[in-house]
Parts: sequence; structure tokens; C-alpha cells
Amino acid sequence: MTPRLRYKSDPDIVFIEKNSAARVLHNGEGFLEEHLPVGTRVIYPPPPIRGLPNPRGAIRHALNHPLGCDPLHAQLRPGMRVTVALDDISLPLPPMATPDIRQTALEVVLELLSDHGVDDVHLVIANSLHRKMTEGEMRRMVGPEIHKAYYPSRYYNHDAEDPRGIVPIGETRHHEPVRINRRAAESDLVIYLNINLVPMDGGHKSVTVGLCDYRSLRPHHEPQTIRDSDGYMDPARSALSHKVDRMGKLVDDNMNVFHVETVLNNRMYADPLAFLAKNEDDFTDLDRLKMSATRWTMDRLPPAAKRKFLHSIPGAFELIGCYAGRTEPVHERTLARSFEQYGVPVEGQCDILLCGVPYISPYNVNSILNPLLVQVMGPGYLFNLYRGKPLIRKGGALILVHPCRDEFDAEFHPSYIEFFHRLLPETRDPFVLRERYEEEFANNPSYIQMYRDGNAYHGAHPFFMWYWGENGRQHVGRIIAAGAENQHVPEILGWERAENVTEAIAMARSDLGQSAEISMLHVPPIMIPEVS
Amino acid sequence: MSAPEPASPTRGQSRSGAAAGQPRSGAATGRASAAAFYDLDGTLIRTNLVHVLAWYAKNDQGLLRSVRSIAATAAGVPLFFATDLYSRKVFNDLFFQWYRGQSYDRLRFLAEELHDKVVRPAIFPGARDLVAQSRRMGLRPVVVTGALEVSIRPLLADLGITEFVANRLEFVDGRATGRLAPPVLAGASKALWMREYAEREGLSLNDSYAYADSMSDLPMLSVVGHPTAANPDLRLRSTARRHDWPVIDLRRRASGPSHEGDPRHR
Repeated sequence: MTPRLRYKSDPDIVFIEKNSAARVLHNGEGFLEEHLPVGTRVIYPPPPIRGLPNPRGAIRHALNHPLGCDPLHAQLRPGMRVTVALDDISLPLPPMATPDIRQTALEVVLELLSDHGVDDVHLVIANSLHRKMTEGEMRRMVGPEIHKAYYPSRYYNHDAEDPRGIVPIGETRHHEPVRINRRAAESDLVIYLNINLVPMDGGHKSVTVGLCDYRSLRPHHEPQTIRDSDGYMDPARSALSHKVDRMGKLVDDNMNVFHVETVLNNRMYADPLAFLAKNEDDFTDLDRLKMSATRWTMDRLPPAAKRKFLHSIPGAFELIGCYAGRTEPVHERTLARSFEQYGVPVEGQCDILLCGVPYISPYNVNSILNPLLVQVMGPGYLFNLYRGKPLIRKGGALILVHPCRDEFDAEFHPSYIEFFHRLLPETRDPFVLRERYEEEFANNPSYIQMYRDGNAYHGAHPFFMWYWGENGRQHVGRIIAAGAENQHVPEILGWERAENVTEAIAMARSDLGQSAEISMLHVPPIMIPEVS
Repeated sequence: MSAPEPASPTRGQSRSGAAAGQPRSGAATGRASAAAFYDLDGTLIRTNLVHVLAWYAKNDQGLLRSVRSIAATAAGVPLFFATDLYSRKVFNDLFFQWYRGQSYDRLRFLAEELHDKVVRPAIFPGARDLVAQSRRMGLRPVVVTGALEVSIRPLLADLGITEFVANRLEFVDGRATGRLAPPVLAGASKALWMREYAEREGLSLNDSYAYADSMSDLPMLSVVGHPTAANPDLRLRSTARRHDWPVIDLRRRASGPSHEGDPRHR
């Protein structure tokens, strides 16, 4: 099949030709336009599925027609203790335009609870060992009215380090301790309001991970589990999912959890950046003008201003599915809907995978994408965006476009700084790091204080971030940071540096041959190549 | 040792080194291989030397003397701030003159009440958790403070800390001379004491933690492997940022459920 014919048959896959337009790559807080070698396969996300016209009605319908249990209203009785758990700010990315879908779902659920005389209601953000959300972020997520009624005594972040706030639920036959937020564990009913952006979200992970503590997270957030996971986006082949599911079954046996899972489409870009999701060959004159203006502006702003600007643009996501009820039947439906939106059939692997790393990850909303998070995005998330087999062949080259500045947010990521500058220069072996240092960081009183009373990620979180890239590191032959502004950050990460994309491709080809096949993932928005 | 026995008001006594006495019996003593060193004023508690002095002045014997003491203390406050900015040593030399003539017994007698009415309410919300977490981690809690030993004992008992070093007034014939018993504990001498203490107790400074709020305590932070700026002043905050040290704020508590009063949460 000629490239042109292939282009015509599948709008999500484009092969670069001699006269093709330059492709837009995210470069941290900036953008690059690169003319890629002829024959490069550019994989685009599928177009957004049209949002449901009446999200509130869809949520009500899901509550009244749950899967595997009685409708929510039938489970309510006056005086009962209810905890509503919510996904944290790591979903969706970027935070969606208000009203957030959690606010919409909460308005429906809280009204129902109130109508049935249920007054003892707490709203708990299931942030696990992520940073606690700030008050402003919490207000934005649920809207001012709910915030005013519940914050701070009945609307708060989960605290994994509160010695009296965690209770053991049990232990799996593999001796994995399951320890959960006390308020949730002691509630008559837990309602979990989830956002599913990618298939690794939701399901048993919601409560088992979102409301657990460090000891309960340790059994699956570890290097061997990551190595054994054939991608994170296909739960059936992910050792991480298997372990979480095993622990989650224990949660379901001991707690009454009613899941409300929502699936969003991939309409990440709102105006004025909506053109970024388009095929560059289809850019209008206005799109090109916007691109030029955006690049001109971004090239002149200091990094902090660029961050501020980009983080202030909300996602234009829309609800495309809502399912409620017991964990597994609900999640099965959620996954199916999720793959409808995110799956892209792709034929064959590539030798060289090119990705622009954007300004945002699940762990730096309103903050800096520090070097460790660039790593999480590269061999962590971008490599793992596949179903079937990895998009890049074993031993191939992964080219990441990012400036790799040695910049950290001291309030949000204090332990990352020590991890990156003290531990990584000593060893990059995740097993040694876990054995020798993880507990020291996890128990560091300063980091615990900053997690509990500030807005810092837990002391052990940078270790998880490093493990997250483990299967990618094992799979690819080399990682090249194209456009890195310094030598030492790529070096500390164990990567190579190239001045630009052209040089990076030349470096990769010198190793893999001039005929090496190149693919570019046109992310974000997120997609999941289903590689045959 | 570390926690010096109360100095004899008549003899005075050096605080550091071998002369400082034997180690106290404490839960951590002899087991921990590293310590958590805490500054006190501004780090774990809100009060400072001036608050303590004001309390003693207010409770001076006789209405006339009390009024005079309060007025003198109030008048001295700007001077204290100015000298403290210039040098902690000059501040100490000047400040402790205010205690001249006080009897040891009286200061000690008032210390309990001082603790109940002034110090305990001033303990920062996050301080107890920080000390407890350090203890859980196997660190030996040690207070290193320029405050007066006589006034902090009830606080240390409250926090369950048995190891400490503090400044002591020099007494002659049962009355304070207005000078500190040498060597005065401030700035670099805190760091020196910590090094000697660690050596004597077989503790690893590299694995130890230190918490302080003021730039004057920079030496104390610099000698340990895990320094942390706690509720820092502007200068220490920017220094901590430059060195990538954690900056914590023990003055605030995050929102969340209160476990107090709920029998299921005990």
C-alpha cells in the first residue's frame, strides 16, 4: 500500500511525504514545528466522540440503573454514614472547564442523599500519596456552593500519614496489606466518583490505591511489578492491575462501595489552542497564524509565565459515558467505552519513536514538569501508551523532545530534588534504590510534614516515578533527549542529548540503520495505539 | 549527656563536653544511631526569649517592681530586635542583663506556670507530630536551644524530650549575675556542641536531622545530612531554597476530620 493510500484509508495515521507540512511537537512549555523524514508515520488521536447532551441525566440514569447492585436510592436510609470519595487533580489533564464532571455528579448524588435523610456525609479526595489539593483547587473542583457547605471539616484530602486515620482491612494471600482511610472504611456506604481518562484509571484502583497508605501501596508500586507489566493501558496484561485487583477484592468484601465511573472524550484543547489536535496538512491559514503567534509568544515568555498561561487553559472534555454499581461490572463497561475513544489500530512496530513531551503530567498540575517527571512521561507513560505490543520495537530508540531544565518545585516536589540530585547520580537501579533508600524517604519527618500539612508529594513518590519508567527502560535501546538545554539532566537520567530533532534522528539511525522506521505519536491528546 | 543537670546557682557550670554531666536515661538513649536536633524558639514553639522575659517581669515580686520590670522590658524590645539582627552574641550579652538579681528558685518556681500559660499554648500545631514521627523513625530527639534551661524543662517534659542543651544563667549567692554561664550557646556554638555530642554518643551526623527557623541557626543546619528550615525567616528560606533543603511550616494544620472525641478513633 502506498503511503498516500494508507493516509486516505485511515485518518489517524499519516505518512510524511515530500511536500507534507511540518509537524507540531510539544516541547515542554513551548512548541516546535519539524519537517520529519519522508516515510515517517505520524499517529494522531481519534477525533473526540461527541459528548452526551445531558450529562446530569446520564448520571441520574446510571445511579438508578446500576450494574450488580441495587440502585443508589434503595441503599440509603436516614442516619447512615456515607463517604463520597473523589479522584484528585491528576485527572483529567488539564483540569476541565468548570463545572468539573465531579461537581455535576456530586450535585446529583448529594441531592439524593439529602432527600433520603442522609446527613453524615464526608467528601474525601482520594489523593493517595499525591500532593493534597489546595483550597482553591478544591473549590474549583466541586464548585463554590458545595465547597462552602462542606469545607474544611467535611470536605478534605485523604491523609495517608495520619496515624489514626488509616485502618487495616486485611491481607491478601500474597501477604499484601490492605489499609484504607478510616472514615471510608467505617462508613456504611462509600460512593466513589471517578474520572476515566485512560484505561488504567478506575476500577479497583480507585479505592484500593486512592485511599490507601504507603504500606498498602508498596506491594504493587515496585520495580518488579512494573517490569512484569506489559503496558499500563491494557489491564489484562498489567501485573500492576492484577495486584491492585487482588487487593481491591478484599476491599469489596469488607466495604460497601458504590462506584460511579465517568468516561470523558479526548477534547483536551479548547480555543485558542484547538488547532493543535488537527493534522497539520489540514491547517487553515488562521490555524497557521495561531501557531505562529503561539510560538512567537512562547519563545519570548519566561518559563514561569509560560507555565501560568498554559496551566490556565482548561480542557474542553465532555462526558461520553457514565456507569454505576459494583466495581468490576462497572469498570468493564468503562474500559470498553474508553477504548472506543482512545484506541488507534496501528500496523507494526517502529524502530524509532518520536514524542514531544508536553507541559503537563498527572503530577505537575499548576507546577513544573521537573526532570523526573519528564522521565515519567517518556519511558513511563508515552512508552506505555499501547495495547497489544509496544509501538517501539525491542532495542529501538525513543526520542523525547523537551528542554529538560534542572527545575523543581520545592513546595510540591521537595523529595524529588533529593532523589534526583543525591540518589540518581549514585545508582539508577530501581531495586537498589528501593532497598536502600525508599523507606528513608518515606519516613523522613520533614517530607511527611510537608505532605500532611503542605502540598507536597509523599517522600516515597519520586521512587514510584522512577519505577514507572522501568519497563520502558528495559525495552528501549536508547533514549535521546532532543533539544535538552543542558547535558547533566539527560546524563543523570541515563539518556543521551541531541541538539535538535534532526540530530536525534541521525543519532538513532547511526545505530539502527538509515532504513529504520520512524513513528511519531502526535500527543497530547492521549491515544492508545493498538499495535498488531 | 546532653541534658545538663541543673546548674548549681552558686557554682555555675559549663554545659558542654565532659563537664556537662552524664547521659540521661531516655527511651532513645543508647539505641538510636542518629538524632533529630531541634531549635526551640520559633521552630517548635511560637514564643521567644523576650516573651519569657516579659512573663518573668510581669510576675516580679511587688507591684512596683513588676511595673518597673515590664516598662524596662517593653523599652528594651526595639533594642533586642536590633541587636539580634546584628549578632546573636551581642543580643545575648545585652538581653540576659535583664535577669540580674533574680533568684534561681524563683525562676524555677515560675517556670511551671510559665509553661501552662505561655509556652504550651504556643506549641506549633505540627510540632508534636514532627517529634513523634522522628521518634518512630528511630531518631533520638535532642533540643539545642539558646533559651534558658530553667524555663524550658516543663516544655521538654511535655514533648517527651529528655535530651537537650540550653543556655544557663550564671548565679552568684543564689542571684543571677545577668550573664550566661559560658560557653554561650548560639549560632556556631550550637553546631560545635552537636558535633561533640554526636561523637560522644556514637551518632551519625550524616543521617541526622536538624530543624531551625532562623538564619542565625544556619551552622546547626549545616552540620547534619538532613537539614530542614522550619517556619523560616526570609533569609533562611532563601538559603534553604538555594541548597534544596526542605522547608516546612509547623504553624499550620491541613483541613481534615478531627479524631478527637470519637471513641472509634482511639
